[in-house]
Amino acid sequence: MGAKISIPVRRIDAKEKAGGWTKYIGDYQFKNLQHGRFLRSERARAKIIEIKKPDFPEGYYYIDASDIPSSGKNNIQMIKDDWRVFAVSDVKYIGETIAVILGPDKQKVLDLLNQIEVIYEDLVPAFTFDDALSCKGGAVYGDNNIFSEYLLNVGNVDNAFKDAVKIVEGKYETGFQEHLYMETQGLVGAWEDEKITIYASSQCPFYIRKSVAVTLGVPVGDIRVRQTTTGGAFGGKEHFPDVIATPLAVAVNKVKKPVAMIYDRIEDISFTSKRHPSKITIKTGLDKNNNIIAMDIDTLVNGGAYESSTTIVLQRAILHGIGVYNIPNARIRGRAVATNTFPSDAYRGFGAPQGLFAIEMHMSHVADELGLDSSDFRRKHFIKTNDITITNAKMHDEVKLPEMFAKIDEMSDYSSRVKKYTDDPVKGIGIAFVNHGGGFTGNGEQAIIKGVVKMKRLEGGKAGLYVSVVEMGQGLQTTMRKIAAKELGLDYEDIVYDNPDTDIVPDSGPTCASRSIMVVGFLVQECAKKLKAKWNEGVGVEAEDVYKHPDELIWEQETLQGDAYPSYGWGINVVEVEFDPVTYEVKTTGIWAVWDIGVAIDEIIMQGQSSGGVIQALGYASIEKCELKNGAFMQHTMADYTIPTSLDFPKVETCFIDNPYKYGPSGAKGAGELVFDAAPPAYAEAVQNAIGKRIYDIPVTPEMIMGALK
Amino acid sequence: MKEIKFILNGKEVSVEADPLKRLLDVLREDEKMTGVKEGCGEGECGACAVLKDGVLVNSCMIPLGAAEGSEIVTPEGIRETDKGKCIIDAFGDAGAVQCGFCTPGMMMATEALLTINNKPNESEIREALSGNLCRCTGYDLIVKGVQIASERGKDLW
Repeated sequence: MGAKISIPVRRIDAKEKAGGWTKYIGDYQFKNLQHGRFLRSERARAKIIEIKKPDFPEGYYYIDASDIPSSGKNNIQMIKDDWRVFAVSDVKYIGETIAVILGPDKQKVLDLLNQIEVIYEDLVPAFTFDDALSCKGGAVYGDNNIFSEYLLNVGNVDNAFKDAVKIVEGKYETGFQEHLYMETQGLVGAWEDEKITIYASSQCPFYIRKSVAVTLGVPVGDIRVRQTTTGGAFGGKEHFPDVIATPLAVAVNKVKKPVAMIYDRIEDISFTSKRHPSKITIKTGLDKNNNIIAMDIDTLVNGGAYESSTTIVLQRAILHGIGVYNIPNARIRGRAVATNTFPSDAYRGFGAPQGLFAIEMHMSHVADELGLDSSDFRRKHFIKTNDITITNAKMHDEVKLPEMFAKIDEMSDYSSRVKKYTDDPVKGIGIAFVNHGGGFTGNGEQAIIKGVVKMKRLEGGKAGLYVSVVEMGQGLQTTMRKIAAKELGLDYEDIVYDNPDTDIVPDSGPTCASRSIMVVGFLVQECAKKLKAKWNEGVGVEAEDVYKHPDELIWEQETLQGDAYPSYGWGINVVEVEFDPVTYEVKTTGIWAVWDIGVAIDEIIMQGQSSGGVIQALGYASIEKCELKNGAFMQHTMADYTIPTSLDFPKVETCFIDNPYKYGPSGAKGAGELVFDAAPPAYAEAVQNAIGKRIYDIPVTPEMIMGALK
Repeated sequence: MKEIKFILNGKEVSVEADPLKRLLDVLREDEKMTGVKEGCGEGECGACAVLKDGVLVNSCMIPLGAAEGSEIVTPEGIRETDKGKCIIDAFGDAGAVQCGFCTPGMMMATEALLTINNKPNESEIREALSGNLCRCTGYDLIVKGVQIASERGKDLW
């Protein structure tokens, strides 16, 4: 790692956060604050026959769809607008919002909520992939429960399978995952200066502004959204705050007082979106030299009761469906299905971890079937620069996987350990190779987002940075300052970058899709260059930069053909484990990671991303089990939905390889999601090597291992 | 309702409240000590960690009545002391802080550890932090932060 910008600085927000000075949404004082709670559906699929309410004392309100202004809509305008602000006449999942109960006393609000009785007439719900595909109880969505369907194809798969001398098949499943950000969901809606202001722990202030404006039927300029310092998000605060903000805004619009809607942990685990469960079937055809000549993949993701971002998640799952390999003839059918589960939504990786888990485990299983070393087999099939991708475009990235493998092999001693553990009854080591497309799929940055950033010369040799992407723990408050300061020749502390306020900053797009540094950071870099050129015009001079898609990248959105992403981050993880043959518990004894993220804007911040992403992913792979019972999540607390503690995993040994990207700031590419992608299959492969049985599903629990060994 | 007195960050305070009210709520709502965070409300995550008579506790699990007469220290009570500054600086230099919601609790756990063991090794640090959950960092850089605090603050604890 040689770039000057990678030299770490102390995070700008470290001291204030560490000492507890920083205010999060629950720490603010609002005058005359009202407390809101949701009346939620207790049934997965039912008609609402009647809602019996107690008498409400003065100052206490019951707000529902009838309170939406006639100019507005009972729809949450997210990527799709099918999710209702309030359920009316029927409910489609457990936890669906029916009404807001609010008033000045928190306990009294809860008492009123408990006295409300909803009379339902139950319908037959659909929960599983099989339920969805057989339209159990009648279609939840459309006439076939398919939110979206795609078919990707490269080469001629059917002909190639005819030439195959061996065929290997496998079916891979992944479960729900709860984000478990340490700060729960929380928003306060206020009536200030004759307009609604939403204070939000969120990733995307402009998403909230748009959805609230559509619900109330007012121009977006009538709504102000101010991001409050966000205590973790991981995708969980990308669209989901809209589900809270829209009914909240309807309530504020009615009572004209500030209303807090801050979840406690049980509500947060029980009634927020999770990662999409997946079921992926892969069939591979091989020639006599053990080369893959054909691959046929069927991908299903469960979107739950409403579509929201599910189609885009499905796109990412299939666009990463053949992983980092050059497969000459490949076909992927992808379908996103509707069920009566809580709507699934964005979670770090956004479909890619599901697709990559399946392909990596499958490659391992094919190698096993052929009696070959799993890493050798995969490395033989690595995609190279200019090879053809699943979307019939050339891979533009300089692919440094061989160099990265050499590095991780040196760090972890993988090659010799994999041999050493072959006959070891309890030890195993696994490896996984991944890439992750940075930014919105295809030309989405141009077609959908059109990000804008602004800068301004301030008094005292400082510069103001105006962007809508937020700090949520990933370090943007520091890295964005570093990018701007480098061009202006200032100290990073001389860049002013406040939590975004939609009345002040331009819309640079949402904080998601590993786009903040690569896409918005590049705009910041270019904008800073423009400001520098005008600097001597004096205090107050401004500069702006607008996203422009690289001319050489082409994309056809309807058919998903062309350059699927502007660039990819690349990664390899090695995980070493030891299992206890008595309790079936697995202990992780080593973790190594090598990443190509272009250039790290800050080496320590990126180490934090690597350790944090890998450990969160190892939780997904091992202990984070989130199950459904009659459509309700069985896990409700941090005691029954457990995440890794400081004792569960050893240190992640991380290394970054420089590979500058020309449209990234100082060469940086996307990184925040990439660091999640490789650990689950590396862990699962390590466990299968330890126990001597193939693993097809995550999380790999002791119960699953016991089952495999019996 | 009952009047309950205890020492908060070195000063005697008196609170008129239900003795079963959570100490967490008393600290945040009555005393405006918002450095104490609520992460789970059931003693699992450590975001609300405070020192009670020098012992690290989760304030969501302590009824106010149980705090009567005891000495409570919140992040506000140590952040401007030499020890607090040492931990905060060490966390900053290590890159231990990400979203920051768990960090004041991590500072309290660090203070509690270094008070009884000022030269902890990595496994002792991991053990001492194991009651404080963090979803961002994977803990590695927090462990490093504690190591730096222990090295720099060898005369403080």
